[in-house]
This record gives sequence, C-alpha cells and structure tokens, in this order.
Amino acid sequence: MAAVMARRPIAPGILRLDGWLLLLLVILMGIGLAVLYSAGEQRLGLVWQQTARLGIGMVALVIMAYIPPRLLQLWAPWLFLAALGLLLATAFFGVGRGAQRWLDLGVIRFQPAEAMKLALPLMLAAWYGRQPLPPGWRDTLLGLVVIAVPAGLIATQPDLGTAVLVTASGLVLMFLAGLRWRLIGLMLAGAIAALPLLWMNLHAYQQSRVLTFLNPERDPLGQGWNIIQSKIAVGSGGLFGKGWQASTQSHLEFLPEPHTDFIFSVLAEEFGFLGVVVVLALYGLITLRALYMASRCRDTFGRLLGATIVTMFFLYMVVNVAMVSGLIPVVGVPLPLVSYGGTSAVTVLAGFGLIMGLYSRRRFMDGA
Amino acid sequence: MNRRASLGTVRDELAELAVVSARFRWLVGAVLIALVLLGWRFAHLQLNQHEVFAGRADDNRIRLQALPPNRGLILDRNGQVLAENLPAHRLVIVPERTRSVADTLAELEALIELSPADLERFERQRLRSRRFEAVTVKPNLSPEQLARLAAHRHRLPGVEIEAYLTRHYPHAEALSHVIGYVGRIDERDLRRLPVERYRGTTHVGKTGIERHYEDLLHGFPGFKRVETNAQGRVLRVLERSHPTPGRDLQLSIDLDLQLAAVEAMGDHAGAVVVLAVETGEILALVSKPGFDTNLFVHGISRQDYSLLLGHRQRPLFNRFLSGGYEPGSTVKPFISLAGLESGQITPTRRIFSSGYFQLPGHSRRYRDWRRGGHGWVDLELALAESVNVYYYQLAVDLGIDRISRELALFGFGRGTGVDLPGESSGVLPTRTWKQATFGEPWFPGETVITGIGQGFTVVTPLQLAHATAALAGRGYTAPPRLVGNSETVRMVQHQPAHWDAVFNGMAATIHGSRGTARAIAADLPVRMAGKTGTAQVFGLPDDDEERRRRLGGEIPEHLRNHALFIGFAPEEAPRLALSVVVEHGGGGAGVAAPVAAKVIKRALELGH
Repeated sequence: MAAVMARRPIAPGILRLDGWLLLLLVILMGIGLAVLYSAGEQRLGLVWQQTARLGIGMVALVIMAYIPPRLLQLWAPWLFLAALGLLLATAFFGVGRGAQRWLDLGVIRFQPAEAMKLALPLMLAAWYGRQPLPPGWRDTLLGLVVIAVPAGLIATQPDLGTAVLVTASGLVLMFLAGLRWRLIGLMLAGAIAALPLLWMNLHAYQQSRVLTFLNPERDPLGQGWNIIQSKIAVGSGGLFGKGWQASTQSHLEFLPEPHTDFIFSVLAEEFGFLGVVVVLALYGLITLRALYMASRCRDTFGRLLGATIVTMFFLYMVVNVAMVSGLIPVVGVPLPLVSYGGTSAVTVLAGFGLIMGLYSRRRFMDGA
Repeated sequence: MNRRASLGTVRDELAELAVVSARFRWLVGAVLIALVLLGWRFAHLQLNQHEVFAGRADDNRIRLQALPPNRGLILDRNGQVLAENLPAHRLVIVPERTRSVADTLAELEALIELSPADLERFERQRLRSRRFEAVTVKPNLSPEQLARLAAHRHRLPGVEIEAYLTRHYPHAEALSHVIGYVGRIDERDLRRLPVERYRGTTHVGKTGIERHYEDLLHGFPGFKRVETNAQGRVLRVLERSHPTPGRDLQLSIDLDLQLAAVEAMGDHAGAVVVLAVETGEILALVSKPGFDTNLFVHGISRQDYSLLLGHRQRPLFNRFLSGGYEPGSTVKPFISLAGLESGQITPTRRIFSSGYFQLPGHSRRYRDWRRGGHGWVDLELALAESVNVYYYQLAVDLGIDRISRELALFGFGRGTGVDLPGESSGVLPTRTWKQATFGEPWFPGETVITGIGQGFTVVTPLQLAHATAALAGRGYTAPPRLVGNSETVRMVQHQPAHWDAVFNGMAATIHGSRGTARAIAADLPVRMAGKTGTAQVFGLPDDDEERRRRLGGEIPEHLRNHALFIGFAPEEAPRLALSVVVEHGGGGAGVAAPVAAKVIKRALELGH
C-alpha cells in the first residue's frame, strides 16, 4: 500500500517516445516497404508515396505522444459525438460505389468509420475510467449502446467488416474493463443465436463471400480466385521463399491486390516460412511491448485505451493474415503498417503515439 | 477532502488494477495463442503442402505453345517441285498498341484494299483474341502492298507485318486434281483431326495428294514452354522443342509428261492417264480443265469461286477419278478376250457385217457405225475398224454373265485403290446389279449394246487406263500409285495366242491400212496398240448421221459424243499404257487418238 502511495512526479523527460517500440515499428515498416517495392511491380513511386504516408503517420505519432492524456479524456465525449456526426453525414451525403463510405470534403475524401476506430475506444475508456470496475449491469448496458449506435450506422453503409471491427474494439475494451464472464457467455450465446438472422440480412455479395470462403472452388475464377491464388502464393513459397522480387504469383498478376490486402502473400511467397515467422514475431513483439506499456499506465483510462489500441492493431494483423492464408473469408482488411494505403497507417501510428504518451506519463514506483 | 478523495481513488484503483491486470494476462495469452495458430497455419501451407502449391504456381504460369511443323514438299519423279512453302507476309494489328483500331483500319484502307471478307475475318478473330495478341487483317500481301505499308508503318502504331510460310503450287492448273490443295482448317476438319498434332496449324490438305497423304506431309508440332501472366501474355520462353517437319513426297508423275499431256488436250475438257505397265506408277494424270489451286490456300473469294462453279467445262470436277464415261468401243479388246477364251470366236473366224444387227424375233436394229457395214471381218479387222456388228453377235453369244466376269477381271466396276481421295468405282452391269438398281431383270437387248461398251457400263479414265495396263501386261500389272511402289499382280489369265490376237487387232487400229486411228501412225516412233471409242452423250440417238440429220447440220459442241482412246506402247514389249477421254470430241479416232500419240511420243522421248 505504501509503495503504491509513494508516487513520484510525472516522468521528467521531454522525450515521450519509446525507443524499443519505435525500433520494432521502424523495422516492420522497413520490411513492409521492401515487400511493397516487389509487390508493386518495382515501382519506386509507389514506395515513395507510402514512405511519405508513413512519415505523416510518424508525425501523427509524435503529436499524439505529446497531447496530454487528460485532455483526451476530457474531450472524449465531444470527439465521439463529432465522429458520430460525420457518420450520420455520410449516411446522407456520402459517396462511393455501391456503398456510401466516403465523405467528400472537397479537398480530401475520407472514411468517417476510420475515425470511429479511435473515437469509440476513447469514449469507452474515458467512461469506464471514471466508473468503478468491473462495470455493473447499468454500465455494461450503456457501453453496449455506445458501441451499437456507431456500429449500426457503419453496418448500414454497408461496411460490415468495419462495423465488426469497431464493435470488436468496443468489446475488447469492455473485456479489459472486467466485463463479467457470465455476460460474455451470454453475449456469445446471443451472437450464435443471432447468426441465422444476420445471414438473412446480409447483402447478396456478403453472403457469396462467406459461401466462397467455405468452398473456394465454388467460384474458382471469381471470388474463390483470390483465396486460391493467395494460398498458392503462400504455399509455393516453402521454407526459404523464392527470393525478393521473385514472386511469380504477384508479378504475373495471378494474385489480386498484391500491394494492398494481399501483401502478406507476397511476403510469404518471396521470403518463405522463415520470413513469415520473423514478421509474425515482429508483430508479436510490438503487441507485447505495447501491451506492457499500456499496463504500466498511471490510470485505468490509459490502460484500457492503450491496451485496446494495441489489441486492435494485433487483431487487424490476425484478420489479414488469416484471410490471406484462407482461414477466414476475404474481408478487405489491410495488413497494418505494411499494406499500401494511407488512412490505416496514420491511424495505427497515431494510436502508438498515444500509447507512448500514456506510457511516458506513467508512475515511477519504488521498488516496483 | 483532497486526501479522502485520493484515498477513495487509491482503493478503487487497486481493485481495478487487479481486475484489469487479470484481463491483460488473458489478452497476452490470447495474443500468443493467435500467433502460434497463425504460425501453425503457415507451416501447414508452406512446409507440408509446399509441393502441391509449388506445382500449382507453375501450372499457373507455364503454358505450352505449339510450334507448327513445316509441311512436306511434293515433288515429281525427277525432283521438280509441285508443292512448296513460300515465305509470305501478312498484315496484323495488335489492338492494345493502336490508338484506335477503327482509325487504324480506316488508315490502312487508304493504303491497301481491304475486302469485306478481310474485315469480317478480322472482327471475328479479334473477338476471340486478347488485346495483346496479333490479329490478321490481310494475308499474303503483294510486293507493292508490302512496299506501301513499309513506307507508312511508322505512323501506324500496332500495325505489323508478319512473315510466315504459305503453300504454293507452281503448276497449279496442270496438277490441280492430282496435288489438290490445302485450305484453312474448318469445323469439319476439327472433328476428324487429332487436336494435339494440329496445335498452331492453320491449314490442312483438303483434296488430292495433299489430303490423302496429310498424315505424312503434316509432320509433328514442336512446343515452347513459356511463362505467361494471369492474362496469358507471354513473358519469356523457358524451353523449346523443335517441330518435326512433314515428309517430302516424291510422286511418280513426270512433270514434263504431265505438261505435254495438258498441252496435247488443247482447249478440250477431258482426261489423260499414263501408267507404267509393270509398276503401276502413274506418269501423267490430267483432268482438263484445271484451276488455280493457289486461290484456295488463302480462302477463295466468292467471285472467283462462282466463276469456277459456273464455268461451262466444270474445272472443279475431277474427271480421271470421278468422271463416269461409257467406255464405248474401248471395251472391245476385253470382250474379244472373253470371246477367245470361251471359244465363241477364233482369231480367224469371220463374221459378216451388213450394217446392222437384229435379235431374233425383235425388230430393233443395232447399227454399225459405217452405213452399209464392213462386210466379212475377222477379229483383227473387227478391232481395227471397230466393227459393231461383230461385237453385237459376240456379246449375245457370250451372254451378260461371261462379259461381266471378264470385265470384272480387268477391274471394271471397282476402284483401282489409287492413293487419292474420292475415287468412284464406275458401273459394271450384271444381272444382280440390274435387279438391285432398277428392280428389273436383265433384257437381252442390253447385252447387245454392252458388247460395244454402251448401256449401263460406266468407267473412269483411271480405271480404263488400269485395265489397259493389265491388257498390255498380258494380265500382269500393278495397282496405280502416285507415291511408292505396288506389287505387280496377275489380274487376268489367258492363253498367249489370245493376247497376241487382241494385240494384233489393236496394232492394226493404228498401223493397219484400214485402222480407225491409222492417221496417227506416222507420228509414232514405235509400234503402238490402241483402240478408239465413242461414248454417247445421253439422250440422243446413237449414230452421228442420225443426229446430224435431227439437229440440222453441224452438231453444237456440248452435244457431241465423247471421244475415247486406250493404248499401249511399244506393242512388242509394252511399258506404257494410257487412256484418253476428250469430252464432246466427236469420235475417238479424230480427237482422242492424236492426243494419245502426242503423249506417247513425249513419254518415249523422256525415256519411259
């Protein structure tokens, strides 16, 4: 008790960044750029663009590291409401082929759902950070409502994948907050019971994706093609891989989207099982290091928020890697920090900045 | 206040820390399990199933491309080229490299003429091709077209000139029905050809030697293993196996003799067949008129084709192989042999020709060609002067069964088995044939005219030549062939004296003072045996006097009788046998015999 009581002032350093985490992130991004060069048909322009985006992401990381967490906790409801407002605006004024996902602001087009990926955990963390944990029935129900509203909006765009991921981020946070096992069991049971209902409400293209996943040969030239060709790429890589820039599956254009969603297949084909293990280990180390940092935060808000951000980062990776290896259906989730694409890289790096900021303001305990 | 709040917070925080920390441990566990599961999945795909997927990756990218073989040449017996492969050029468009296919075509039309057929084929082929594949616009460019295109190509991206080999027949007209031609592979060909052997091949033998020896001429394709991308674009060649070219064929045809025979026929339609008696080799094989088979190689135009179809002399018709003619008097040597063998006649026994013959109890008169008849004639004179009454009587004495049996021995009524497609077998009339064809019994009057080669008997010029060769070889000859050898076989067996008697009569036809073909004797360097014949053109009375009277003066050419001639030389030891048919030539003596004389003379000059 005394040890906990004897707190020291906030860490004195101006440097709020974490060396280990930064190093791991930079290695991962470096490998990502190398694979991107190969997967993107050796177009240097593509690599420079991505480098620039990662640079922007690094700036976001630094900015986030220096924003005092208290401010974030204070602003959380407003940020959440703002993100919700944008989602509503998208529902009315959004653009996009087939699904209304994008909001055209004249200068840039962006997906408000992406902002919700940070806004929802922030909101929930701020809320549960002030409540006694584990949450009671009332707080649990409230949390579920806070999750359900944006998730529902996103699902109607329709963007089921993001809706599921946003829901997942909320649920992960509630799990960390100590959601009772009984409730977790109940929710799981409810989810399973609701599956047929969900199936009936799925769009035809979503249904066919799931069916194709269950049996890729059902549509070997259409949607099954992606899964089949990706598995061929991965499997043909073997133990050592075909070598950098020697992927036949992507260079001969058998593999769809080799530089975005299926970039991990290219990595697996060119660097083999060893490359896969190294990169998976890298993701694991980043996740564990960031989880450790989150666990050392000074308050519950920081711990919940930090851990949720890391978990989501890890979850994206798992979903993407499971997808390219044919474990789950094709769900356009990019591989964080490696896939070509801006929004996700910036969001992810901003999240890590947040964690570093939180960690740098941890308590320094005696003898702990 | 501050302290209490702080205390309260501390206690909450401790409890919460415990709760959250417990969940952190769960999370770490989940992360590790997820990593292991993913690692296990990749180990399964990349280590356990590596072979399977490596194979599928190769299947993906590696394709076999056929390299078509070069077609074998066709040569005459002296090695002169009758069918060859010449370099040609075609104009192609690679759609993806053009700015606009329609504009490019429009510009090309300004440079060279593009027929609607060209454009139609282009559109059809383009629909089946990928954007990076070359599509033919116009095959077989002329030198002028090539030059014009070369000058303008720099401003026409995507337009290319491709070199390829095309079949060419230097003596197309003279040999159209022998060599035949190759043409584009069509639906029907696809059904009968082995797909693998014809990968990459565009043309196949359609008629003649090109068709019959397709298997030898075609050769075997080679293959290129190429790496392609998902769209099928070839990126590089990994391996190559060369095609095996088709075999060159040497025909028994002597081109010089063939050309001489064509020339001897003049403007007449008809056929000439020259055989080597002992070996059955075909030295000349003419169906007049011929046509330019080269037109068919690139797909004949509608206009050219209708010209050929509408031609009065039907150039597409293969007369020596499918042309059915009455043998007329050329059948008489064979009937004579049957008569000698059966004892109905002897070389010296004479018959009186009064000008006509009547069956007992019948009123119909069967005429001699000479009004008033030939008087007393023996076998030699009967052959030399082609005395019909002699053969009317002989035919009746022999009966149709004897006649049929003799003619069958010489190969009448069945194909010779020559190495060409589409041979017709002619008609050898028998009682059973009559019953089966017309549902009627055989009538005695029909036997009478069979004796002079009229009525139902139908032969092809090739059959006639083959029978003549059997005659010349005193029963021994070989089936006619264009390629390779066939064995000499004994087709007919008769006493030497009987052969001599018939030979004498046939020699007298040419060298005798009263022979029907005595006019050609002066042109011949050796003694030759022959027989003239006249085949009726259907539906008109059988003697020329009668016709002339009915038609009033000169007979229009298309209503004149066909002139026939068979012969062999030298008489004492025959090496050459021939048959000549001149359609609407009038009588065999006037037109067909001189053709035969010219051909035999040339053959002897050439050393046959």
